[in-house]
Amino acid sequence: MKIAIASGKGGTGKTTIATNLAYVAARNGRTVAYLDCDVEEPNGHIFLKPTIAEERPITKLIPVVDAARCTHCGKCSRICRYGAIACVGKQTLVFPELCHACGGCMLVCPEDAIQEVAQPVGQLRLGTSGRVQFIEGVLDVGEAMSPPAIRVVKEAAPDTDLILLDSPPGTSCPAIECVRNSDFVVLVTEPTPFGLHDLKLAIEMVKALKLPFAVVVNRADAGDEWFRNYCEQNRVSMLAEIPDDRAVAEAYSRGDMICEAVPAFDQCIRNLLDALERKIPGNHHTKETR
Amino acid sequence: MKELVVVSGKGGTGKTSVVASFAALAERAVLADCDVDAADLHLVLDPRIVHRENFIGGGKARIMPGHCTACGKCGELCRFDAIYYDGPGNGRVARTFRVDSFACEGCGVCVDFCDDNAIEFAPAVCGQWFISETRFGPLVHAQLGVAADNSGKLVTQIRRTAQEVATQRKLELAICDGSPGIGCPVIASLTGASLALFVAEPTISGLHDLERVAQLTVQLGIPSMLAVNKADLNKEVPQRLENLAGKYGVLPVGRIPYDRAVTAAQIAKKSVVESSVGPAARAIRDIWTVVEKRLQTSTTSQVGNIAMRPKLIPREDIS
Repeated sequence: MKIAIASGKGGTGKTTIATNLAYVAARNGRTVAYLDCDVEEPNGHIFLKPTIAEERPITKLIPVVDAARCTHCGKCSRICRYGAIACVGKQTLVFPELCHACGGCMLVCPEDAIQEVAQPVGQLRLGTSGRVQFIEGVLDVGEAMSPPAIRVVKEAAPDTDLILLDSPPGTSCPAIECVRNSDFVVLVTEPTPFGLHDLKLAIEMVKALKLPFAVVVNRADAGDEWFRNYCEQNRVSMLAEIPDDRAVAEAYSRGDMICEAVPAFDQCIRNLLDALERKIPGNHHTKETR
Repeated sequence: MKELVVVSGKGGTGKTSVVASFAALAERAVLADCDVDAADLHLVLDPRIVHRENFIGGGKARIMPGHCTACGKCGELCRFDAIYYDGPGNGRVARTFRVDSFACEGCGVCVDFCDDNAIEFAPAVCGQWFISETRFGPLVHAQLGVAADNSGKLVTQIRRTAQEVATQRKLELAICDGSPGIGCPVIASLTGASLALFVAEPTISGLHDLERVAQLTVQLGIPSMLAVNKADLNKEVPQRLENLAGKYGVLPVGRIPYDRAVTAAQIAKKSVVESSVGPAARAIRDIWTVVEKRLQTSTTSQVGNIAMRPKLIPREDIS
């Protein structure tokens, strides 16, 4: 069961929910993997404090032109829709930052002058945090494209009962790469005008991808009737409301595992996990076995 | 024109609240919302759209079911896992191949190598961008289509349009609201800007994320400043953030205390400095004074000189 934890707006609590769900599910005896797909700013490690067992580079394939074979026919440059390879006089130049590694230039080259080499764009780190299997991708600073790194993180997922994908914020390529092909999406939001606006965008995204989803309202407050009304009127399923709590914010600020630091929050996460299991059809194999 | 870009690395630290207040405080500035993924600035600025244009992104492939012979070559060549064998049948084959447009990166390899010319490829409308009037001056903003890509290209479009608007109206400054992260849209927001302001929160996550975005501005050669938001949430981390900033040559310009007036302002569709005279509003005013002064000595924006995609520098070791 692959569950993506996503949100349109940043800073709503994706990592808080994902790391604590992983922690509580593992405590309940399930096999769990936590995958940090926010490769631009991965923060799950701060809370889960994993022991890293393996680290390997994430690479992207980049064309290399064999100058001895190249006849400067320009076919590679014409086929590339990203402007990542250009014939300039007697030189064929590659712009790695623009390359999407589609392989088109290599396929089209009549002289067999193009080969691909793996260029590092980040690090894949695998380890364990208690009984949680921990995987994160860390994109190199200055590297523009995160989706290829997110793909590598997802491919490294082990065969566990539960796979939790901690998504990057937003509603474009990186978020889509993370949530696509997941079994269920949890959208974390906060009851503010910005939170609601970005939640609507996130809902449009998951609907376009035809994925089942439900909402978790984080930092909920007594005065949030208007937010609840919106969800009810639009038949947006709400899995949990997590009350605004200064103790949670402070524990978060220190990088503590919030379930350990704040018992009331631990209860919220247990309820959320129960609600998720009721929500997701065909989830019987991940039910608690004692 | 000088150009200030507000970024954060981590999401939800208060970029948009700070930008909305700067919009209220700045005289003669054009505003730009470069967070095209989850644009929120318009919720405060209440814009009246005066000009709108479609944003054309890269193309997407589409297999024409009537022409597909189900040979499967497209699926073998696609590197993006975007080809599915579940399209409708035609007179010759029971099933055809189909492109998942959300996975398609628009490389066109399937189009160019299809033996039956069964795949079409057309530039897609990926969203819209707008020039609007607000109570604080012109705003350039956008709406990216649902699950669309090319956000970096749209960001560059917005910054360029903001510059054109500034030139037409003889405005001296553009204030840009950036997006979280350090990837494509953030690089597109920062490249060639005069000054970056980081809005960071005093958490260990905030510390970790600030370091990465500070490394990015160093790489891009953009001078930058740091404002710590919700600074009283943690006693020790604000100092660590400012020390870290010092390491990267980033100037700390102030701390904004946690203040419920910030959320109240959002609900009232006002900027904090318009709706409150409380501690957060005072801190933001002080920060603006420092930022404005620093802008006077910064370089002019290079946004007119950059390519639609950032960092067009060939690597000698590759070619």
